[in-house]
Amino acid sequence: MSKDDQHITSYKTISLVLLGLLFFTFLTVAITRVELGPYNTSAAMIIAGLKAALVLVYFMHLKFDQKVFGIMVIFVLLVFLAVIVVTFFDYLYR
Amino acid sequence: MTANSHTHHEPSYLEVKPRKGIWNWLLSTDHKRIGLLYLYSILIFFAVGALLGLSMKLELIAPGETIMGAQTYNGFFTLHGIIMIFLIVIPGLPAVFGNFFLPLMIGADDVAFPKLNLLSWYIYILGALIAISSQFMGSGPPDTGWTFYAPYSFQTNTNMLPAVTGAFVLGFSSILTGLNFIVTMHRMRAPGMNWMKMPLFPWTLYGTAWIQILATPIVGITLLMIVAERLFQIGFFDPALGGDPILYQHLFWIYSHPAVYIMILPAMGAISEVIPVFARKTIFGYKALIISTMAIAFVGYFVWGHHMFTSGMSGEALVSFSLLTFLVAIPSAIKVFNWISTIYKGAIHLEPPFYWALSFIFVFMIGGLSGLVLGSLATNVHVHDTNFVVAHFHYIVFGGTGFAFMAALHYWFPKIWGRMYDKAWANIGWLTFFIGFNALYFPMFYLGIIGMPRRYYDYLPEYHGPNILSSLGAIVMIAGLLIIITNLVRSTKSGEKAEADPWNGKTLEWKTTSPPPLENFDKQPVVDKGPYEY
Repeated sequence: MSKDDQHITSYKTISLVLLGLLFFTFLTVAITRVELGPYNTSAAMIIAGLKAALVLVYFMHLKFDQKVFGIMVIFVLLVFLAVIVVTFFDYLYR
Repeated sequence: MTANSHTHHEPSYLEVKPRKGIWNWLLSTDHKRIGLLYLYSILIFFAVGALLGLSMKLELIAPGETIMGAQTYNGFFTLHGIIMIFLIVIPGLPAVFGNFFLPLMIGADDVAFPKLNLLSWYIYILGALIAISSQFMGSGPPDTGWTFYAPYSFQTNTNMLPAVTGAFVLGFSSILTGLNFIVTMHRMRAPGMNWMKMPLFPWTLYGTAWIQILATPIVGITLLMIVAERLFQIGFFDPALGGDPILYQHLFWIYSHPAVYIMILPAMGAISEVIPVFARKTIFGYKALIISTMAIAFVGYFVWGHHMFTSGMSGEALVSFSLLTFLVAIPSAIKVFNWISTIYKGAIHLEPPFYWALSFIFVFMIGGLSGLVLGSLATNVHVHDTNFVVAHFHYIVFGGTGFAFMAALHYWFPKIWGRMYDKAWANIGWLTFFIGFNALYFPMFYLGIIGMPRRYYDYLPEYHGPNILSSLGAIVMIAGLLIIITNLVRSTKSGEKAEADPWNGKTLEWKTTSPPPLENFDKQPVVDKGPYEY
C-alpha cells in the first residue's frame, strides 16, 4: 500500500472506538463487584480480549490493510491457543 | 541471478566515515557495521564465557577441590550459561550474519528500520551489562544455573534480580531484530525475487524471526513474574506462597526450547549456503529445505515439555511431549539428507568453510541422535540431569551453532573485510578445534550414562579417567580457537585482497564488491533465476 492509498479513518469511527474502549474499561471495573466465582477471571479476560480486538482492527488498521496481516495475527493467536492446550495436557490430567 | 557488474569504484562501507573515530561505529545505522558491532561484542563475551568454561573443566580435572570451591563453581556455570545462551548463541548468527547479509542476499540497501536496528544493539549491550553486573554486586553471583528454576530462584540470597532483569532486557533486542527482519523480507526483496527464489539463509532467518517475536515475550513475562514474586511475595511459582513450581518450568521452556531453534535454524541456513557453493551443485530439495525450516520453527514450539520429564507432569503430558519431540526430528533429518544429497556427485572443493560445514553435519548428527535418547521417556529418566545432557546440549548448541558460525565466518570473511585469510592456518585451526571439541564433550556422554550428575564441582573417583580426557580436550579446543582467531584477526589487515566472488557463489552478496559499498549495490539487482543454479 503506497502513501497515497492509505486508509484514513474518520473521526466518527475513531470516536466510537474510543467510547467503546471506555465502556469496556468501566465494565471491567464494574464486573469485579458482581460475584461470578471462578468465572471472574474469564469475564475480565473476555473484556480485555474485546478491547484488544478493537485496537487491532481499528487503531492498528487490520480492517483496512492487506489480508495477509490479518492472517498473521490469527496465526499468532492460534499458536498461542495451541500452547495453552498443550500446557493443559499437564494440568487437566495431573 | 543477474546484478550490476563489479567494476565500479564506489568506496566500501568501511571507507565511508562521516563521523570522527569510534562514532562511525557507535552511531552508524548501516546494517553491515551493526552486524560487526554484534560480532565484536559477541567475541568479547565469548572470551569471558569460554574462560569460565575452561575454569570449570580445570576444576574437574581431578576429584575434590582443585582450583575453586562449590559456591564459585555454581556461580561459574550459571554465568557461563547466561553469557553463552543469552549473549552469544541466541543473537549469534541472526544478529551478526543476518544483519550483515540479509539485505545483501535479498538485494536491498539496508534493513527496513535501520535506526531500530541500532537501538536493538544498544538494548543488547544494556541487557548484557545488567546481566554481568549481577556477578559483582551485593550478595554474590547467582547460583541457580541459566534456567533460574523455581522455587530455588526465589530462595537463594544471591544476585538473582539483575541476572533476570538482564535476560528480560535482552529479550527486547531479540524481538526488535526479528521484527526488523520480517518486515525487510516482506517489503524489500529485489525485483524478481519471489519467495521461492529467496536464498535459504534468509528463509531460516524468517522462521527464526517469527520465533523471536512469538516466544520471547513469554520468557519476558515469566522473568517479570519472578521479580514480582521476590519483591511483592505474589505466589506464582513458590509452593510456600501457593504457587506451582512446574508452572515456572512450563513458562520458561515455552520460550527456551524454541530458543534452541532460534539458535539452530540460522545455523542450518548458513550450512545450506556453504554446501552448494563448495560442491558446485544446485542445492538438493530447495523447497523441502524451506518447508522443513518452517516445520521445525512450528513443531519446535510444542516440544518444551521434554525438559520436564522428571518434574512431575501428568502421564498424558509426558506421552504427548515425547511424541512431539520425535516429530521434530523428521524435518531436521530431511535437512541432513538434503545436504548429503547436494554433496553427492558434486565437484567438491575442500576449502575451510566446507570443512566446517562437513564437521557441522557430523557433530549435529551426534547431538541430534543423542537427543532422541533424551526424548524417549524411559531413557530420559536414566540420564536426566547427568553429564549426558550437558554433552547432548553442547553437541547441538556449540557443535551445531558454533560450527555453523565458524563456517559462516570463514565463508563470508572475504566479503566482510575484502581480504582472504591464510587457508592453511584456517585448516589447522579447524582440525585442532574439531579434535579438542570431541575430546571435550564425547566423554561426557559416557560419564552421564555411568551416572555422573551435572553441575557438581566434585565427583567420585571412578569418574576420573573420562574427566581427564574431557579437561585435556578443553585445552586443545581453546588452542584451536586461538589459532583460528589469530589467523582471522591478522588477515583482516594483512590478508590478500579478495575478489568480489572468491568462492564462485551464486547468491546476490557475491555480485557486489568485497567489501560492499555503503548501499550494497550500484544499481538495483534484478533476479531472474533461483539462488543456487550451477
